[in-house]
Amino acid sequence: MTANGWLQIGIFSLLILALTKPLGVYMVRVFDGSLRWLAPVERIIYRVSGVDPREDQHWTRYTVSMLVFSAASMLLTYAVLRLQHVLPLNPQGLGAVPSRQAFETAASFTTNTNWQSYAGETTMSYLSQMTQLTFHNFASAATGIALAMALVRGIVRRSAGTLGNFWVDLVRGTLYLLLPLSMVLALLLAQQGVIQNVSHYVTATTVEGVKQVLAMGPVASQEAIKNLGTNGGGFFNANAAHPFENPTPFTNLLEMVAILAIPSALTYTYGRMARNQRHGWAIWAAMYVLLFAGLSTTYRAEARGNPIHAAEGVDVAASNTNPGGNMEGKEVRFGIPNSALFATVTTATSCGAVNSMHDSFTPLGGMVPMVNIQLGEVVFGGTGAGLYGMIVMVILTVFIAGLMVGRTPEYLGKKIEAREVQMAMLYVLVFAGAILILSAVAAVTPAGLKGLNNAGPHGLSEILYAFSSTAANNGSAFGGLTGSTYFYNTLLGVNTLIGRFAMHVPMLALAGFLAEKRIVPESAGTFPVTTPLFVALLIGVILIVGALTFFPALSLGPVVEHFLMHAGRVF
Amino acid sequence: MLRNQLRPAIVLTLLLCVITGLIYPGIVTGLVQLLFPHQAQGSLVTTNGRVIGSTLIGQRFDAAKYFHPRPSAAGAGYDDTLSGGTNLGPTSAKLADTLIAGAIDTVVRDDGGRRGAIPSDMVTSSGSGLDPDISPDNAHLQVARVARARGMGAGAVQAIVDRHTERRQFGLLGERRVNVLELNLALDSAQASAGATAQR
Repeated sequence: MTANGWLQIGIFSLLILALTKPLGVYMVRVFDGSLRWLAPVERIIYRVSGVDPREDQHWTRYTVSMLVFSAASMLLTYAVLRLQHVLPLNPQGLGAVPSRQAFETAASFTTNTNWQSYAGETTMSYLSQMTQLTFHNFASAATGIALAMALVRGIVRRSAGTLGNFWVDLVRGTLYLLLPLSMVLALLLAQQGVIQNVSHYVTATTVEGVKQVLAMGPVASQEAIKNLGTNGGGFFNANAAHPFENPTPFTNLLEMVAILAIPSALTYTYGRMARNQRHGWAIWAAMYVLLFAGLSTTYRAEARGNPIHAAEGVDVAASNTNPGGNMEGKEVRFGIPNSALFATVTTATSCGAVNSMHDSFTPLGGMVPMVNIQLGEVVFGGTGAGLYGMIVMVILTVFIAGLMVGRTPEYLGKKIEAREVQMAMLYVLVFAGAILILSAVAAVTPAGLKGLNNAGPHGLSEILYAFSSTAANNGSAFGGLTGSTYFYNTLLGVNTLIGRFAMHVPMLALAGFLAEKRIVPESAGTFPVTTPLFVALLIGVILIVGALTFFPALSLGPVVEHFLMHAGRVF
Repeated sequence: MLRNQLRPAIVLTLLLCVITGLIYPGIVTGLVQLLFPHQAQGSLVTTNGRVIGSTLIGQRFDAAKYFHPRPSAAGAGYDDTLSGGTNLGPTSAKLADTLIAGAIDTVVRDDGGRRGAIPSDMVTSSGSGLDPDISPDNAHLQVARVARARGMGAGAVQAIVDRHTERRQFGLLGERRVNVLELNLALDSAQASAGATAQR
C-alpha cells in the first residue's frame, strides 16, 4: 500500500462527503414537486400517458403501477433484442439476440442488475444499446429512487396509507435528476477520450502491419448513466476496464463518484424529509464505516499480491515505477489502489461496473466484493435500493434494541409491530434463500458446473458470486463463469426478477403499513437513532445477518482458497 | 385496477424510451462530435492518411526493436472486438504455471530480467486485454533489447522512454505509465530522422 494510494482514496471520500448535502437537498426538491423548470414537458408527458399527477396512490396501487411499468418495458426490450437484425442503427449487421439471452438481458436491465451474459461489441446493435439498455439504465434507476421515496413517505406521513404517485416519481426522477447529471458527465467523459459516435467499426493497420478492428459506438452517453444509475452494464465486454469506456485516471474518479453520489445523497434526502438530519448522517456513517472496512481489506490483499506468483519471480512491492501487487486483470493506468477502490464501490452499491476483473483478485480481495453484495447492497447500495434496504435493516435494529429492553419498539414516532417485522424479515429471507438455493442447484448439476472457468474452491466462488450478484441486482461477475448458456441465462434471469420484485412487494407493504400509523410522541423508552451507539448496533445487525447467512458458503470458497494459496496449492 | 394502469405503463415506456434512448444520446453525440471530434471517433492515430490504431487501445508488438505491451487475453492478443481478461483465479494452475511462468521465462531470456525483480504488470494480463500502457520499470527492462535490435545507444532509448513517461494525472491520480504505441512511434521517428541526418 502506498501513501499516494491512500491519498487518492481520501480525495474520493471527501468528494462524496461534499456532494451529499447539495445533491440531497436537490433531490428533496425533485420529489416534493417544488422544482418546476421542466413543468411544460412534464405536463405533456402526463397528458399523453393519461396520468393524473395529483393522484396519491395507496401502497397496493403504487406497487401495481411499478410492476406493470416494469413488465411493459421488459417486454419491449425483449422484442427489440430479438428483432435488432431487421431494425435500423446496426452498421455491423449483428444478428438477433438468442431468445434465452434476450430474456436474461431484458430481465437484468429492467431490474437494475445489468448482468451481461453477452459481449456488447459482438452482440448488441447501436439501436439496442441506446433505446433499450440506455433507456433501462434511466428507468430502473428512477424506479429505485421512486421506491425509496415511497418508503420514506410511508415513514414520515401520519395516518395516511398513501405513498405518492409512482408515475410522477418516475418521470421527475428521470427529467430533473438523471438526465441533466448524465448530460454533464457524458461531456466530461468524452473530453477525456470516451467515444461517442454511430460509425462503422474502424479497421486499423497496426505499426507491425496487422489488422486491428476498433469497436465504435455511442459510449459516453451510456457510460454516464450506467454509473449514475448504479446500473453497471458496460457497452463493451470488458466494461469500465475498456479504455474507450474509462480512458484515464480522471474518468475513473468521475465514474466512481458518479456511482456513489446518489446513494450517498439519498441519506441526506431522507434526513431532511424525516426532519431528523442527524439520523440521516448516522445512516451515512454506518454505510461509510462498512465501505472503508471493505476497501482497506481489498486494498491490502491486492497490494500484497499473490505469493504463488511472487515465488515465480514477480516483484509485488509497489514503487513509483512498478504497480506491484496482484496486477492480473488490472490496468496499469489505475494500478492497485484505484482497482481496489472501484471494486469496493461498485459492489457496495448495486452498480456492478468493473474496471478490473474480480475473478482474478486474491481470495480475500475478491471476497470483499462478494460480501458487499451479500450484505444486501446496503453499503450505500443502489440508487434508491440502497436506502430502502438500509431502512429495513434499521427497522430490524430498532426491533432488536426494543427486545433487549422489553418495550414495543418505535422508529421515528411509528410503532414497529408484528406486521412490519414480518415484512422486513421476508425481505431479508427472500434474498438469502434465492442466493443459497440457486447456488446449491448450480453446484450439484452438470449444467451448472460446465460453465466454470476455474477449478477448486474458486469454482464455487464463481457460482456463489453469480447468484449473489444477480439476486442483489448488482451485475458484476467473477467473469470466468460462462453465463451465456441456457442453464445460466434462465436461472440468473429468474434470480434478478426474484431479487427485485419479490423484495419490492414486502418493502412497499411495509411502507404502506407504516403510513397508516399514528405518530406517537417520543418517550424515555424510545431508542435514539442518532447516536454512535445506534451506528454500532446497526453495523452489528447488518454484519450478523450477513455473516450468519453466508459464512458457511464463503468458508468453502474464498476462505479456504486463501489458505490454499498461502500453502502454494494450485488447481 | 390493472386496466387503467396499462395506458401509462405502455405510453411512458415508449416516451421514456424515446427521450432517454434517442433524444439524449442524440444530443450528446451532436455535442461531443462538435466539441471533441478527435476523442469522439476514438483518438485515432493516422500516418499518411492511414489509420494505424488508437492511442487509447493497445496493439500487438512482437519485433525485438519495439517495446512490447503486456500479455493480453483479448482474442489472439489485443483484439478490440473481444475485450476481456483471463478471468483466471489466484489458485489457477494455468495462470501460475503456464501464463505467468511462461511470460517470466521470456522476460528472463530476452531482456535479462532477474527473477524476483520482474515488474508485476509485465507478466500479467490486463482486465480489458487492451491496456495501452506499461509501467516505467517494465519499459526500463526492455531498453537494452530494443537498443540492441536498433543499433542505438541504450542511453538514447532510455531518454525517449523518459520523455514518454506520463506522470500521475494532475500530479496525483492513477499510476505513472508509458504509452507503448506512442513510445514506439517516437522511436521510429527518432531513428528515421537520425538516419536522414546521417545520409545528408
